[in-house]
Amino acid sequence: MTPVLSVRDLTVTYPSGVVGCVDVSFDILPGEILGVVGESGSGKTSVLNAIALALPPTRGDARFDSPRLGSQAIFALNAQETRWLRQREIALVHQNPHRALNFDLSAGANVAEALLAADWRHYGRIRQRVAELFRRVELDLTRMDDLPGRFSGGMQQRVQLARALANSPALLLLDEPTGGLDVSIQARLLDLIRELSRDLRTAMLLVSHDLEVVRLLARRTLVMQQGRVVESGLTDQILEDPQEPYTQLLVHSMLT
Amino acid sequence: MGYVAVCGGENAIRNSETLLQFYRRRGESDPIQVRQIVQQMRLAVDRVMAEGSLYDPTLAALAIKQTEGDLVEAAFLVRAYRSTLPRLQTTPLLRTSGMRLIRRISAAFKDVPGGQVLGPTRDYTQRLLDFSLLDECGPAPEPPRTVLPGGAPEETERISEYLRREGLLSEPSRDAPVSVDITRDPVSFPVPRSARLQHLARGDEGGMLALAYSSMRGFGNVHPTVAELRVGYLPVRVAVPGLLEPVVIGEILATEVEVIARDGDAGSDGSSSPQFGLGYGFALGHNERRTICMAILDRSMLAAQPSAPAEDQEFVLSHIEGIEAQGFTNHWKLPHYVDFQSELDQLRARRAAGPGTREEPLIAPCAEVPA
Amino acid sequence: MRYTFAFLDEQSKRSVRRALLKAVAIPGYQVPFVSRELPISYGWGTGGIQITCALLGPNDIVKVIDQGADDSVNALNIKRFFARTAGVATTTLTREATIIQTRHRIPEERLSASQILVLQVPYPEPLRLVEPRETETSRMHAEGDYGRMYVALYEDIVRHGEITLPWDYPTRINGRYLMSPSPIPRFDNPKLHLAECLFLFGAGREKRVYAVPPHTPVESLAFDDYPFRAESFHGRRCERCGSTDTYLDEVIVDASGRRSHQCSDTAFCLQRRANPALSRGWGHNRGPAPRREGT
Repeated sequence: MTPVLSVRDLTVTYPSGVVGCVDVSFDILPGEILGVVGESGSGKTSVLNAIALALPPTRGDARFDSPRLGSQAIFALNAQETRWLRQREIALVHQNPHRALNFDLSAGANVAEALLAADWRHYGRIRQRVAELFRRVELDLTRMDDLPGRFSGGMQQRVQLARALANSPALLLLDEPTGGLDVSIQARLLDLIRELSRDLRTAMLLVSHDLEVVRLLARRTLVMQQGRVVESGLTDQILEDPQEPYTQLLVHSMLT
Repeated sequence: MGYVAVCGGENAIRNSETLLQFYRRRGESDPIQVRQIVQQMRLAVDRVMAEGSLYDPTLAALAIKQTEGDLVEAAFLVRAYRSTLPRLQTTPLLRTSGMRLIRRISAAFKDVPGGQVLGPTRDYTQRLLDFSLLDECGPAPEPPRTVLPGGAPEETERISEYLRREGLLSEPSRDAPVSVDITRDPVSFPVPRSARLQHLARGDEGGMLALAYSSMRGFGNVHPTVAELRVGYLPVRVAVPGLLEPVVIGEILATEVEVIARDGDAGSDGSSSPQFGLGYGFALGHNERRTICMAILDRSMLAAQPSAPAEDQEFVLSHIEGIEAQGFTNHWKLPHYVDFQSELDQLRARRAAGPGTREEPLIAPCAEVPA
Repeated sequence: MRYTFAFLDEQSKRSVRRALLKAVAIPGYQVPFVSRELPISYGWGTGGIQITCALLGPNDIVKVIDQGADDSVNALNIKRFFARTAGVATTTLTREATIIQTRHRIPEERLSASQILVLQVPYPEPLRLVEPRETETSRMHAEGDYGRMYVALYEDIVRHGEITLPWDYPTRINGRYLMSPSPIPRFDNPKLHLAECLFLFGAGREKRVYAVPPHTPVESLAFDDYPFRAESFHGRRCERCGSTDTYLDEVIVDASGRRSHQCSDTAFCLQRRANPALSRGWGHNRGPAPRREGT
């Protein structure tokens, strides 16, 4: 089947000269969660930001295929096309909710923003959809009009998820979604993400420094070090039988 | 009736103007001569020329007299007058190294070629009221003899040039070689440096002082050293058709400040070797506070990621424009009762509806008595 | 000292007219222009004045109103300025005027195809409600990215059960640009839609001009299920002419706090007193017939 995302030779070099990532290639199949794991500085965030169309790559191609749009070369789009794609088809959940949510607007308004950007103009239907999304991410409906500052970290991430899913994107990008959260909260959030993947069949790119997170969610994984993919394959296989020395190091430190 | 009474408005304005004329001249004192303001209130005149953006001490003094000493109003008058003047030409660049100096100091070095010349400054006086001025009479003091050995030099090189020759000053970017004229070309943010400096040169001194001060107190990152402050007379040259060389038509008094800041304070030009950055201030007339603030704000607005108001060029440039600011501040005195009526209507409706109820529209959109 | 006709020099007037042409060609788009200082303060109508000065010819007849009234002190001051610097005839009768400069109201009488309404604008940027930065609002206009404005309206409904913007209600022009109609009451917004006259908007302090050409669709922002709603006067009438269909000023009459109401448009009120059957005439350019109260 046609991959939702097909990336070839993605290279990001920053203006300061620092190399983000080099020659990264991968596919994400429909309904699949692909993990990208590595320490900070490994290049995983550069990959994510390039796919999120938040920064222009130095080199490389990415082909995006969605039921609504067909096939598109997403690095070649203009500002308006890029914005359209980011609002409807490729959604990003940030590590830090303060970067993604507007804390001066109610949680519901934050989710509604995605719908309004997609030209929804019926208040009642917007409210219905927001409520539906709240239910989907297991947020209390009575909190819909509260400000995000009054939510716990875990709940703020759920608001982000609700907003990201609002327009039923074909691809969801998750940047350390459980970073900074308590272990038990993490577990529940990961369960939710797994359920969403199963129920909505949304393809996902999951970036994490934490192999546990990746083990729980991702069917396939890329291991990155110093900007390059050093190993890739089925997550279970990588964990059971890591081939590369760096991967072995990672897996070993995870188990201890 | 209020000031919107039918047929009352004209009278109200006329009476108000008559009252103003009375207030401007009441009492038994002699009318102040414009010449007196030019000669004995030069710093007020210099401020009005700078903010009015027009070099004409007599006009500035007239404005000060007419506005009873309200310097912001006076600057406004001068600016409005400026709008009526045709633009004859743009002179060749004025080189400030050719300034006939009356004052020149540097905080960066103990001594410099050409010397540190205090000139006429209140910096080192004690701020004690001089009651002998209450009843001043008698002739003006004689002009003191010059204390500079050999008289004033024709050219005094700027101190920044020494730093530049040593390679210690980062050069300004070369991407905007043609300077814009903010009174002729509409510019949008982010504006080029020439536009920023023009805005600052005519900005409200109070506003600039507040913002520059904030950047020294932690709302920003500028640690300035005054490399040079010079006050003096600059010859103005104009091109004359038929003549090869431009002709000097007169002199203007001006103030120039160059401030050195550590390069890490503002956008680095990316070179590997560290350098100093330069902040520039220039104003018509003797205006030291203004030019120091201008140089500091010039530096602070270079910040790549503004983290404080003084670093945000949109914030600084929009709000130091004194003529605009005073106009809009004062405009709140204009009648706003139509809009206020709208707000009253809404507040009353919401109070009547009570909490949590959604009010049905009382009139449908577009409803009216049909034509 | 002698001043040029209509104060501004010809070069300046020409540059304002060029900006206006661009504005008319792109309905609702804010065209930057270089604002000249005038003998009247920024914030007091200099944008409108520069537009009027740029358009005035010796045969024009000018009306100037503020809050709907010809006799408001600032309107009188501006009218004096035109009379003094251009020597043009002035009038208080709306139908006689070729150019009407106004602050915060659109006249009650429908304007014709040979008339120009010049509106004074303090806040040309409708997105300032949600975004303080000019660089960002420029981008939002360029990309037609107005979602955040709708979010503000959504939140308004959440908090108050309705859209509570009282005046300067944002409009979408020709289905494209978001525009501030200036601080006119909501009551006046529908007059912009498919009108026969030309609307010009001037913001001197903010250095922008924009326009709504004749026969342009103008839509006040709303949700499908929360339509745009104008102010209501709850059946009150003008104590002078008896009108129930004009925008009314509320006046405190005595120390007991008793209120009385009168037409904000003083010239129209005078005419209605002489001729009670006088129609406003804006009705026809609003589309389908309005639902009357009680039907």
